[in-house]
Amino acid sequence: MSHEILVEARDVSLSLGGRKILDRVNLTLNKGKLLTLIGPNGAGKTTLVRIVLGLMQGESGKLVRKPGLRIGYMPQKVFVEPTLPLTVERFIQLGARGQKVVAANKVLDEVKVGHLLRQQVSALSGGEMQRVLLARALSHSPDLLVLDEPAQGVDINGQTELYELINTIRERHHCGVMMVSHDLHLVMAATDEVICLNQHICCHGKPEHVSNDPAYLALFGKRQAATLAVYTHHHNHDHDIAGDVIKPKDGHRHV
Amino acid sequence: MYDFIIYAVIAGLLIAALAGPLGCFVVWRRMSYFGDTLAHSSLLGVALAIVASINLQLAIIISCAVFAAILLLLEKRQMLATDTLLGIIAHSTLAFGLLILSLSDMVQVNLMAFLFGDLLTITQQDLIWIVATCVVLAGLLYHFWGEFLALTVHKELAIVEGLPVERLYALLVLMIAMLIAVAMKIVGVLLITSLLIIPAAAARRLASTPEQMALGAAVIGCLAVAGGVTLSFYLDTPAGPSIVACACVCFLLIYARPVTRV
Repeated sequence: MSHEILVEARDVSLSLGGRKILDRVNLTLNKGKLLTLIGPNGAGKTTLVRIVLGLMQGESGKLVRKPGLRIGYMPQKVFVEPTLPLTVERFIQLGARGQKVVAANKVLDEVKVGHLLRQQVSALSGGEMQRVLLARALSHSPDLLVLDEPAQGVDINGQTELYELINTIRERHHCGVMMVSHDLHLVMAATDEVICLNQHICCHGKPEHVSNDPAYLALFGKRQAATLAVYTHHHNHDHDIAGDVIKPKDGHRHV
Repeated sequence: MYDFIIYAVIAGLLIAALAGPLGCFVVWRRMSYFGDTLAHSSLLGVALAIVASINLQLAIIISCAVFAAILLLLEKRQMLATDTLLGIIAHSTLAFGLLILSLSDMVQVNLMAFLFGDLLTITQQDLIWIVATCVVLAGLLYHFWGEFLALTVHKELAIVEGLPVERLYALLVLMIAMLIAVAMKIVGVLLITSLLIIPAAAARRLASTPEQMALGAAVIGCLAVAGGVTLSFYLDTPAGPSIVACACVCFLLIYARPVTRV
């Protein structure tokens, strides 16, 4: 089991307009590991993703990326101007000037939408677009995939398939994956680590551990946790949080 | 043969050929108001140049570049919504330009020529400016085409994939500003944006790749120039409005056809 570190964030904090968005957040992304980021709206998930991607900078703390790290990014929503005629093939090739690119049809086949190659991007449905975005993220053999709510706008069957696909991709390419998702019950099985974020890291660890953590229950309530319990059968109430993580035992602003 | 007609045709065709592809970016990025603002603000440059009696073409180019830089900075700050900001700048620079022009007692200044263009008075020197600018713009556009396209389709993906997006965007805006600066002679301050967006919008209907749309826009722009100059020559109509009217006719003809493909 290789633990090659791809990205490491240490005590990253950020405030915008006087409001604390991220408070001393730590995380480590490892090669071949899938990390799921959950948290309520406004918890700073997307901000954290943007910092990992280098689209934003934290105010304090530090972020270390493996030198030469190739990131495949799947944004939350992509709108392609309908006045811009663009085939799916071209859209995928666009991302890679001067880099080695995997042929568009190959990555499209991998995400099982090979038939879309010659389609116009603006004519794609929500679910198709998500897969095409995933294909573009894969097209320059990334070390790390960053997926911001990949299943948004995808129907329930499609969601399960999409998460399975992401897991298959991770296993096949042995890349690290950082994913923002609300569908913890769907991603549980494949996730190596869950971070529950609400400005600070409320709790983190194995999914079955997090779903029993008091901080998680406080954040999402028992109902959601009960849904999760169907899928997890480990009831170890081990609250031993790994050393480098803040323990938010009190001071939760949410009910 | 009349030199002025040859100059006018060469200048017009060159500018239309570049306005096509650059205009596609204006359409794709929804920057038509941005183009308007740059064009209007160049009238302030003209007015200042006349008062200070410096080279007019140079003054227009500099003022377009300066206002492009100001717009880029203001856009980044986001104090006001972009369209509000553009509206303020466009109309106040136009107003100040007109004010200064009316106060300077330069009787020979033909305001109409700046507002609506005066293609048929192009001199050899004007032509040299236009050719030089167009050659540089064409080279840059060819070289950075893929990058500009990537940044237009999705800015953040382009950043993550390693493109220097801020610099590329600044370059694109500056290039549009340069084209507007030289195109002012052809269609004038008030009509420039139409030369950018009408051919591009018309070509959209016929294209299924970005390159087809860019080429189509260039061709349609050239047709409009040819038609406009011909009209202007035989019927003695003003050249700028004639060109824009021809472009508009092309647009209507293309959109009047039933849809064959998306």
